[in-house]
Amino acid sequence: MISNQVLSEVEFNVVGKRPLRPDGVDKVTGRAQYGDDTNLTGTLRAKVLRSPHPHARIKSIDTSKAEAFPGVRAVVTAKDLPFASLSKDELGGEYTALKYASDHMLASDKALFKGHPIAALAAVNAHVAESALALIQVEYEVLKPVVDVREAMKDDAPLIHEDLRTNDMGETGDKPSNIATHMSYSTGDIDKGFAEADLVMENEYTTATVHQGYIEPHNTTAFWNSDGQLNIWTSTQGSFQVRGTVAGVLRIPVSQVKVIPMEIGGGFGGKITAYLDAICAVLSKKTGAPVKALMTRTEVFEASGPAPASWMRVKIGVKNNGKMTAVEAEIAMDAGAYPGSPAMQAIVCAFACYDVENGKVDGYDVVDNKPKTAAYRAPGSPQAAFAVESLIDEICGELKMDPIDFRLLNAAKEGTRRIEGLVARRIGLVECLEAARDHDHYKAKLDEGIGRGVACGYWPNRGFQSSVVMTVNYDGVVSLIMGSVDIGGTRASIAQQAAETLGIAYEDVKPTVVDTDSIGYTFITGGSRTAFATGLAAINAAEDVKSQMVSRAAKIWDTDEDDIEYVAGIVQHKSDEELKFTFKDLARQLATTGGSISGRASVDPTGEGNGYAVHIVDVTVDPDTGKTDVTRFTAVQDAGKAVHPSYVEGQMQGGAVQGIGWALNEEYFFDDSGKMMNPTFLDYRMPTSLDLPMIDTVIVEVANPGHPYGVRGVGEASIVPPMAAIGNAVHAATGHRMRSLPITPGRILEAGWENGRS
Amino acid sequence: MAKIFIPTMLQSLTAGAKQVDVEARNVRQVIEQLEVLYPGIKDRLVEDGQIRPNLAIAIDGDIAIMGMLEKVGENSEVHFVPAIGGGR
Repeated sequence: MISNQVLSEVEFNVVGKRPLRPDGVDKVTGRAQYGDDTNLTGTLRAKVLRSPHPHARIKSIDTSKAEAFPGVRAVVTAKDLPFASLSKDELGGEYTALKYASDHMLASDKALFKGHPIAALAAVNAHVAESALALIQVEYEVLKPVVDVREAMKDDAPLIHEDLRTNDMGETGDKPSNIATHMSYSTGDIDKGFAEADLVMENEYTTATVHQGYIEPHNTTAFWNSDGQLNIWTSTQGSFQVRGTVAGVLRIPVSQVKVIPMEIGGGFGGKITAYLDAICAVLSKKTGAPVKALMTRTEVFEASGPAPASWMRVKIGVKNNGKMTAVEAEIAMDAGAYPGSPAMQAIVCAFACYDVENGKVDGYDVVDNKPKTAAYRAPGSPQAAFAVESLIDEICGELKMDPIDFRLLNAAKEGTRRIEGLVARRIGLVECLEAARDHDHYKAKLDEGIGRGVACGYWPNRGFQSSVVMTVNYDGVVSLIMGSVDIGGTRASIAQQAAETLGIAYEDVKPTVVDTDSIGYTFITGGSRTAFATGLAAINAAEDVKSQMVSRAAKIWDTDEDDIEYVAGIVQHKSDEELKFTFKDLARQLATTGGSISGRASVDPTGEGNGYAVHIVDVTVDPDTGKTDVTRFTAVQDAGKAVHPSYVEGQMQGGAVQGIGWALNEEYFFDDSGKMMNPTFLDYRMPTSLDLPMIDTVIVEVANPGHPYGVRGVGEASIVPPMAAIGNAVHAATGHRMRSLPITPGRILEAGWENGRS
Repeated sequence: MAKIFIPTMLQSLTAGAKQVDVEARNVRQVIEQLEVLYPGIKDRLVEDGQIRPNLAIAIDGDIAIMGMLEKVGENSEVHFVPAIGGGR
């Protein structure tokens, strides 16, 4: 059995190879510097007092006893943030955005989730800080909470924000509501489409709140120098994002803030939001000392940003031959305390795998008393795929049709117009389905008791801004600096694209991630964008280097630049074979021909290539306990071009594993008062290697026409299909159709009792 | 003429028209033309002079990175779609 396959269309010299990662030695020897390794002289430790209530009005905060506690240097509340001293008139249209951002850091009038920051203090050490925290007295008026998305949508639900009204595509609702936004898109004639169908099926689905589960907790160290410069060392997916948030909340120019991104111990979307940075900054300003904060695991669960829970209704009509005639979905997602769930991304992704003439999707972004949700790999798409791909499996069962044949019949391809209106360019879903159909796993005979499921997934992938600067050293080694934080091996994949473009060895490019003062604006490492967009910046910067190298050769040979060409790392005269330099030979001449060469590029590219994945999974289900074991798992994905196939395989396997956890184990449990009851890794059960089979991978390469090497981006599509694939496999093994996640042993047993099978 | 696809929720302002053709060289002109044809539609698409934050404009399939200043071709397709970020 082949566990990892790469189905390549085009071969390159460096791109597509598997070199060692530049940060590998430091990471495996423990020398890499993470946020908590930052220890400036005189650093104080901060602790945050958090609301014990999911919904409460803050009547008063008395910090006097904590301020008097020996070793405490400063205490802050929302009154210390600029928002407290600005009127609604002064802020105008900025008011609501700043209130939400400021209150998310430190609550001013209401606590909106258990764990909501109420106050913070800085002390000489963490123990003193912890002790003093207990001396802060807060008087609350406890309010009724709501932590279920459907309950929160009801007219009589407790209002999270008394002034929030539904934004219906630019039209504001006439009364307060927890529904922040509603969007609807349609194409074709939905009624006609369903009328033409031979079979119409419709069901409702729910998914639970889940966490990204990154190993490293949120941490930050801030030092507000007496000259006004604020420096922040932190663990983040986006140093410029942190800079913008902190500058916005503190009402200072972005150039006054420098963010130094440390190595990052996992993010998956959860480390885009800045939680501790502004708090530490204000404490530092008050004390004149550096201030560090580190969340506990419980704080990470209760007060960072999980992925939203969802409710979905899906309806699909098909002809007897399997051709889809109409699709419809309503998707509601909870945003937590402040608006911003990925419900609208979910409606874009829901049916993006299919070419169907008639469709309608509605999305609802709903606030409730949970921590404000954050991005989590392909935000919104996994939930939508669970619903859509589960219903398609039911339809395949009714039609007695092979699930991959059904999907091939209806697959989106180049030219397919999606429901929101965009037309697909060259995409690789059909190739992924064919690779899955032809895979040894799909053809393998099923032993008794094993159920097999398949599902598809989609993520659009993104572009956005990236910057790269490359400097040619006199020994011919190129120093490459970038603003993209390295989560999944992007130092290597960006260096590979630079080396490929320059025609030099991978080892001759030294990539470094730098702070916000040292490079142009670079958007987050997220959205499956970095290998694509920062890769494009590296390619353009390399082209800049090449043209300058040609210019130097022209100077040396006293000839015109047009007479010189740069081919595969060689600078040569077009008509005189004797005149040529290797890259290194010419680099040695730079000092005497005008000095060092730097190439640079800032890009904001379009042309991102959509990503598709198809997963096959086998499971067994213990009939006595209801426990599901995943016995075999194959992940197929179109990478466009896998720059470093090992890291692409790692992304595919990582997404699949997180999806398995999402499918079978993971959920926030809330008690009747709306408090999370399992905020530890002991009780929030993520899969370990002992729970999993090897995840086999097939990298399909259908080149993205929007990138010189065909790169699409790979970090997200792999988490989209697993939940539906596993649900479909559980159905095949047990006959129970599971429409709520997670598919716990208890739920399987209950389904059996309801079906009278157990 | 550029082909402008009207989002479903705004078709009540266009008497049900799903697509209209306008003469425009950039997004700003597209919206001004739409406002002339369908008064009130601009407020549904624009906030403080910019495209509303939960919307993105796609021109011939590419998200318009320059917002209101983005150029529109003679035969371009223009869509108003949900803005999308990402998590990895």
